[in-house]
Amino acid sequence: MTIQVNGESRGVGEGQTVAALLQDLDIRADRVAVELNLEILDRNDFETRGLREGDRLEILSFIGGGAE
Amino acid sequence: MDTINDRLMIAGREFKSRLWVGTGKYKNFVETKKAIDASGADVVTVAVRRVNITDRSKENLLDYLDPKKYIILPNTAGCYTVEDAVRYARLARAAGVSDLVKLEVLGDEKTLFPDTAGLIEAAKILIKEGFIVLPYTNDDPIVAKKLVDIGCPAVMPLAAPIGSGLGIRNPYNLKIIMETVKVPIIVDAGVGTASDAALAMEYGADAVLMNTAIAGAQDPFAMAEAMKYAVWAGRLAYKAGRIPRKLYATASSPIEGML
Repeated sequence: MTIQVNGESRGVGEGQTVAALLQDLDIRADRVAVELNLEILDRNDFETRGLREGDRLEILSFIGGGAE
Repeated sequence: MDTINDRLMIAGREFKSRLWVGTGKYKNFVETKKAIDASGADVVTVAVRRVNITDRSKENLLDYLDPKKYIILPNTAGCYTVEDAVRYARLARAAGVSDLVKLEVLGDEKTLFPDTAGLIEAAKILIKEGFIVLPYTNDDPIVAKKLVDIGCPAVMPLAAPIGSGLGIRNPYNLKIIMETVKVPIIVDAGVGTASDAALAMEYGADAVLMNTAIAGAQDPFAMAEAMKYAVWAGRLAYKAGRIPRKLYATASSPIEGML
């Protein structure tokens, strides 16, 4: 099935969890915020939350920034 | 001065340094860390952005700035609406370690001045959700008071437009803000060089936050160190209490004993 991750299409296994996807992407779960279809997920739910066809996932983290 | 007893407290949290720095505009994380260390700042602002999922070789900023050692202050930079600012604040909390947020709701791209009506609205929503909201605001005493009245534990008025390096454009307004609100005041944005930072502290600011003045200097590390001393000197001078200005001279040497 296909989902959108940070605005790009990506094929993932049926029912794959958020935690498994982060692992596939080599992203540390404790360093990111995950928004699934505009809902911010609790980090504790990454392991249980399954992905569905057409989901829109945003993965964000801190970068250098002052203002502007 | 006893610096141990001169610690800045906001919402029950202790901030060791009165110089706060942004982490933007550096070539890489090594330089970012080097400049921050030279500045002695323990509060660093960061932005929240999409992770680059196609190039995972990119390192994470937090690999260089240990959240146990630095107070990570996420901002809502780049947000021009209440909805966006609230969304980014929530994402920052989800990605991070605390309820702290430097709230920015910008008015336009040319000035990057705060949209103060939007700022107050967003602050209300976030405070209700338990955030510790440090608002980037204009040098407007009335807005500062409104922000404090709704529960902001500090206010961050600008010295001048972000990145402009113009220094404190309206010192009298800053002084009025300091007299109007009884919470810590962090002068944020517009500082150009060390004397600007010292002046802000001499006026009675509790801290100064800057990014471009350090990151954009020809030698960012030397400027970071200059800012450390400037903030410290300004704070000492403020605590010491300056002499009043007078039009005419007063001799420092005694007349007595002269021939």
